[in-house]
Amino acid sequence: MQFSVGLLLVTFLGSVAALGLFLWSMSRGLFGAGEAAGRVIFASKEIGLVEEPAATTAAAEGALQGVMNRTGHTGEFAVLTPEEADERLLLDESSRLPVLLALSGAVAWLVIASVFGLVASIKLHAPDWLVEQSWLTFGRIRPAHLNAVAYGWCSLAGLGVSIWLYPRLLRTPLVGSRTAAAGVVLWFIGVTAGIGAILAGRSAGLEWLEFPWQADIPLFVGGTLVGIALLRTLQRRTVPHLYVSVWYISAGLIWLPTLLIVAKWPGIHFGVQQAAMNWWFGHNVLGLWFTPLGLASIYYFLPKVLGKPIHSYQLSLVGFWTLAFFYSQVGGHHLIGGPVPGWLVTLSIVQSMMMIVPVVAVGVNQHRTAWGHLSALRYSPTLRFIVLGGMMYTLASVQGSMQSLRIVNTTTHFTHFTVAHAHLGLYGFFSLVMFGSMYFVMPRVMDWEWPYSRLISLHFWLVVGGFAVYFIGLSIGGWLQGMRMLDAARPFMDSVTVTEPYLITRTVGGSLMTLGHLVFAAHFGVMLLRRGTRREGAALLRRPLPTPRSSARLATDGGVP
Amino acid sequence: MTARSGDVSVIKLASGAIAIMAFATGALVLMPYFTLRDTPPPDGLRPYTAQELRGRQSYIANGCIYCHSQQPRDPGTAPDMARGWGRPSVPADYVYDKPHLLGTMRTGPDLLNIAVRQPSRDWHLGHLYQPRAYLPGSIMPAYPFLFERLTGDARDGEVSVTLPPEYRVEGQRIVARQEALDLVAYLLSLDRTYPVVKGEVAP
Repeated sequence: MQFSVGLLLVTFLGSVAALGLFLWSMSRGLFGAGEAAGRVIFASKEIGLVEEPAATTAAAEGALQGVMNRTGHTGEFAVLTPEEADERLLLDESSRLPVLLALSGAVAWLVIASVFGLVASIKLHAPDWLVEQSWLTFGRIRPAHLNAVAYGWCSLAGLGVSIWLYPRLLRTPLVGSRTAAAGVVLWFIGVTAGIGAILAGRSAGLEWLEFPWQADIPLFVGGTLVGIALLRTLQRRTVPHLYVSVWYISAGLIWLPTLLIVAKWPGIHFGVQQAAMNWWFGHNVLGLWFTPLGLASIYYFLPKVLGKPIHSYQLSLVGFWTLAFFYSQVGGHHLIGGPVPGWLVTLSIVQSMMMIVPVVAVGVNQHRTAWGHLSALRYSPTLRFIVLGGMMYTLASVQGSMQSLRIVNTTTHFTHFTVAHAHLGLYGFFSLVMFGSMYFVMPRVMDWEWPYSRLISLHFWLVVGGFAVYFIGLSIGGWLQGMRMLDAARPFMDSVTVTEPYLITRTVGGSLMTLGHLVFAAHFGVMLLRRGTRREGAALLRRPLPTPRSSARLATDGGVP
Repeated sequence: MTARSGDVSVIKLASGAIAIMAFATGALVLMPYFTLRDTPPPDGLRPYTAQELRGRQSYIANGCIYCHSQQPRDPGTAPDMARGWGRPSVPADYVYDKPHLLGTMRTGPDLLNIAVRQPSRDWHLGHLYQPRAYLPGSIMPAYPFLFERLTGDARDGEVSVTLPPEYRVEGQRIVARQEALDLVAYLLSLDRTYPVVKGEVAP
């Protein structure tokens, strides 16, 4: 006991010292650029000018600009010259093929994964439904859902948005568009093979690592090809500073393959050691792959839509390095109370609490950037999804830190509470941010506006409403389940029966979410075919042509042109 | 000048990212590897037989792990012992487990010592065929695809399931496929009730 307390203290002090050292080195400028780097996502005189391709009408974008003129006038020029607009068109053009492939694949997996999730959810309160075929059994559909979400939807969406962001962030056309496209296709093939293997009963058996190694090969090669294209683009960059989104995406592209190689290395992992490795992987794939991609998107789109640099660029770097350091060690909190060495669990609990540092850094930064312009959410679909997603990030992270405390963990572990928490992170945060990003990216890629603005609203309210039902219901159910399970005076079956109404609630919420995804997918499909209402909004770079004159007028009279 | 400082930050970024990953991998993967790799198997634990290993594959293929853990906890954390799930497990209990099946969910009970609580093969077969015939209120899926529904004369060596009367269908036999027999053989191997040295218990 004394040993544990000592260890706890040493780990904690060590982490604080590391944090202090880092802050000191940053204050000495060792980590580069400072506030100037926060401006590299804007053209020379662009600050003050909103960019929102998903604004549903020209009037809406005008209104958005109006909001920013009223609430955030920086006194800068707010001008995008025709030359700069042309340059940006070329940048967006350069990544079209791989981005379209990745995002289309992502949407396909989103729909499939939603159906899997819904079927699995129904099966928990209707256990005799669809039991005759082995591939439809709960124990296969559930991991198929998880993997289709994680490696199909989330990863392909993250890759697509990243491939699109790189040319913009580095002001360099994508080098090797076909290489990246081939990588995306291989990734898609790997996911398909992996899901097929799970349904056929060929799972590798570890959570988050169910794909057999044969399916991981195309994933790995595909990811590497995308990485090569992005690295070559990075080498040719023409920007003086690396924006923080570049840091996040690049680090994620280093971390994911490392995780996969270590986790899949044949023949070395065994027993309890493998369990420790399993959760090192399981949590790092969230913290060092999805989280960086999600945050990279927020750090780009939030300031870009608002036409206003991020509140503190330095703070975003603090967030980056502390996320990397603390998050990489939290995995052991999945084994609290399990047969693993105590120091490992202690280390993970301490770092889980330290995660509050990067979370506050990100939260404060987002909040200070968006604050005062919240009425902009009315006019910008991108912002609506991204700001809400950012808030869910803070919530999910703080909740995660709390759940790592033994006193909470004892109740929540082994229950549906954890499932709800996982959805808060990967859905509430990551998926919402990806929806927002795709609303921004697709009009630029397709040179076509979202045809039906009402479908965007419908999508938003279905998924947000559905998710609220899902999360609140399942969290309550999971907590009650944990309480019953810990009560030795009650039979175990009580912990099963108490969850039933909440499992049904989850199915209701999940159905709404699935419906929202179908709406989104249909809208996406119409967009791909360039069908539907052709609208001449301000969303297209070619059309608004914010010449110095018109922008100056915008900036001064603050109204709709 | 600007290009150079950009290069420096790329190198810093890459080396920082790799160093941090290496540190975490050292702590959470390598340290457990080196501290646990020489764990001797306990006297009371024997390696799985070929049939039990086939059953274990079936346990993996059908995702039993998504509802059942295999790690009874100590009495200070949870009443697992009071429920008859066995003593807290130790690393030595898992030396033959590749891949590990510790699990993260208890929609159903812990199974590390299920053979002790439920030693009957017939019970397990019937319960796999229709859990609610044995445990009203259970939400475990039924696994009819592990069985054949046959009529006519019994074949030599077939193992048929004896369901409770209200679940029987006249003239129909429920015969276990080989996979069901393997899976039950694995479940019946799950007994870690042999004593372990106190020092082996994870702190």
